[in-house]
Amino acid sequence: MAPGLGPAIRVAGLSHAFGEGEARRKVLQDIALDIPRGQLVILMGASGSGKTTLLTLLGCLRAVQEGSVVVLGRELAGAAEAEMVAARRRLGFIFQAHNLHESLTALQNVQMGLAVHGPLPGAEVAAAHLLGLLGLGDRLHHLPAQLSGGQKQRVAVARALVGNPDIVFADEPTAALDRESGRAVVEMLRRLGHERGTTTLMVTHDNRILELADRILTLEDGRILQDETRAGGAGAKAPRRGWDVS
Amino acid sequence: MTAPVTGLLTRLLGRLPIGWLQLTHNRGRLAAAIAGVAFANVLVFMQLGFLGALISTIRLPYQALAADLLVLASDANTLQDGSPLPRQRMLEALSVPGVAAATALHYGRLDWKQPDGTVRTLDVLGVDPRARSFSLRAIERQRDLLTLSRAALLDSGTRNVPPAVFEAIAAGQTLHFEAGGRAVDVVGTFHIGGGFSADGYLVVSDQTFLKLFPQRSAGAPNIVLLRAEPGTDLDALARRLRAVLPASDSAVRTVAEAVARDQRFQTTQRPVGVIFGFGVAMGALVGIIIVYQVLSTDVADHLREYATFKAIGYGQRFFLGIVFEEAVILALLGFIPGSLVATGLYALVTAAVGLPVSMDGFRLAGVLLGTIAMCTLSGAVATRRLARAEPAALF
Ligand SMILES: Nc1ncnc2c1ncn2[C@@H]1O[C@H](COP(=O)(O)OP(=O)(O)OP(=O)(O)O)[C@@H](O)[C@H]1O
Ligand SMILES: [Mg+2]
Repeated sequence: MAPGLGPAIRVAGLSHAFGEGEARRKVLQDIALDIPRGQLVILMGASGSGKTTLLTLLGCLRAVQEGSVVVLGRELAGAAEAEMVAARRRLGFIFQAHNLHESLTALQNVQMGLAVHGPLPGAEVAAAHLLGLLGLGDRLHHLPAQLSGGQKQRVAVARALVGNPDIVFADEPTAALDRESGRAVVEMLRRLGHERGTTTLMVTHDNRILELADRILTLEDGRILQDETRAGGAGAKAPRRGWDVS
Repeated sequence: MTAPVTGLLTRLLGRLPIGWLQLTHNRGRLAAAIAGVAFANVLVFMQLGFLGALISTIRLPYQALAADLLVLASDANTLQDGSPLPRQRMLEALSVPGVAAATALHYGRLDWKQPDGTVRTLDVLGVDPRARSFSLRAIERQRDLLTLSRAALLDSGTRNVPPAVFEAIAAGQTLHFEAGGRAVDVVGTFHIGGGFSADGYLVVSDQTFLKLFPQRSAGAPNIVLLRAEPGTDLDALARRLRAVLPASDSAVRTVAEAVARDQRFQTTQRPVGVIFGFGVAMGALVGIIIVYQVLSTDVADHLREYATFKAIGYGQRFFLGIVFEEAVILALLGFIPGSLVATGLYALVTAAVGLPVSMDGFRLAGVLLGTIAMCTLSGAVATRRLARAEPAALF
């Protein structure tokens, strides 16, 4: 991307807790993190370690309680609803569950990812083209109920990507996909990173796609346990310890 | 089947018609919602129909009178509820410049027993048979007949009387009946039509009237009918009359004023009118509750999807747009069967009860706009819970 732009994401002192009073429990503790533009970062960690919580905070889907989160140069802590809405339009989110609209066809679902920027000529063509790239060219007018789990997940991927987001957040996008299509999706995200400078933060348990990552973060009990950068993204070693806050 | 509509709405809204797609996705619920709106519409239409019939039947007897101004008792709200008026007022009114003619009218009510034992209530108008009191040609033509003792003209619109009765009178037969021990000979007919308080009208001479109502006196009629010289300013004439006639016992009103006062009184102070007004409010309330239920259930069912849209970057205006779209669709789709059923029921009521219940464009437009307003209001309330929620809390 253009030089002089700051990192895609800059997090400092981020903590987050759920529940009230006695039941209050911290699920994220003092997270610090810088993600430069264009990186494909994989976020790993045991179930319940706080991956989805971190992703929703960075993705403007949850209000920041403590600490600072700067996404694309915009501080999210204490941001007004209108600012959050504006920030969301520059992001793409692929959810742990596909969250497609049941009353809309595959094509219409994808169009919704584009229509948020206002009515555009050729929106339908662009959406159909992307679905074609994801191998769904013959399923454009199917409702989600008529698609398999993997097909639905690919529609959700298309919906997140169609608006050319600056950052893509993906919560286990390949869980419902077979090896081939899972890898195809991640390779697509990686290509976007290289071609357009799109940054990707992806949660996955899928070891088969780790080799595609530029960087792997590991979360444990709400802290970053390990932050491993891989040269060129494919097969570099040299893991290094992340921040050890304790 | 829905595709052409989807295309049309897409062009109309400039976006995918999500509301329409959501509604048609669940056909069973859509049908129930449309039936609910239609039901509320029918309720409102029926009450408005009765209210309209009340208002128009009040006007009918006034329209039958050949009068520009009326002198009524000062406590009169309708044609029949005022105290008797001193006959003197008629002579005083005649002395006012601009008054061309004046005649007195007695107003009473009697029960007409039918062969089957049931009773028809008749409003009886006692007039001077030598003077012109009515604008109805049928009455004027037969006015001379009234000079005969006991002679009467009967309203052929009288409710629940077999048509054969009127046909026989028209063929020249005289219909005899007794009311309160006094005999009446019906020698002719005319048409006004019954209202909410009486089933029909009976016109007799003042002499016959006094025989039917022996407690009434010739010196105390109910109403004085005044006709003005051609070209007279009626409001100015009314002011001149008010200056002459004592306000303590008499009130001067133009016919239009008297009708308006009667209608206002009967729709706001009398039970029937109030009940119909209340019925309109109940119908609207039922409609609001049904539509609110449908829309808020719909919002709750689509919370996940709306949260996803929120995550994509859609704002509250977009969700309001969806729900308003649904509200207007429900209003329109419910209105079509609702107004059709109501029109059918109007015809049924008119045939069964003899009340002039009929549909008009003004009422159709009013109910349609009211329905859209009530649906939109329900929609606005139903989306409130979406406004503040953060997307992550909705999954
Ligand atoms: N809305 C909530 N209210 C209360 N606790 C929550 C809420 N969401 C998450 N948690 C808790 O916060 C912790 C972290 O949850 P999170 O969803 O971030 O985990 P995760 O790493 O994404 O797990 P998984 O791999 O199973 O998806 C868990 O212990 C969870 O029970
Ligand atoms: Mg998770």
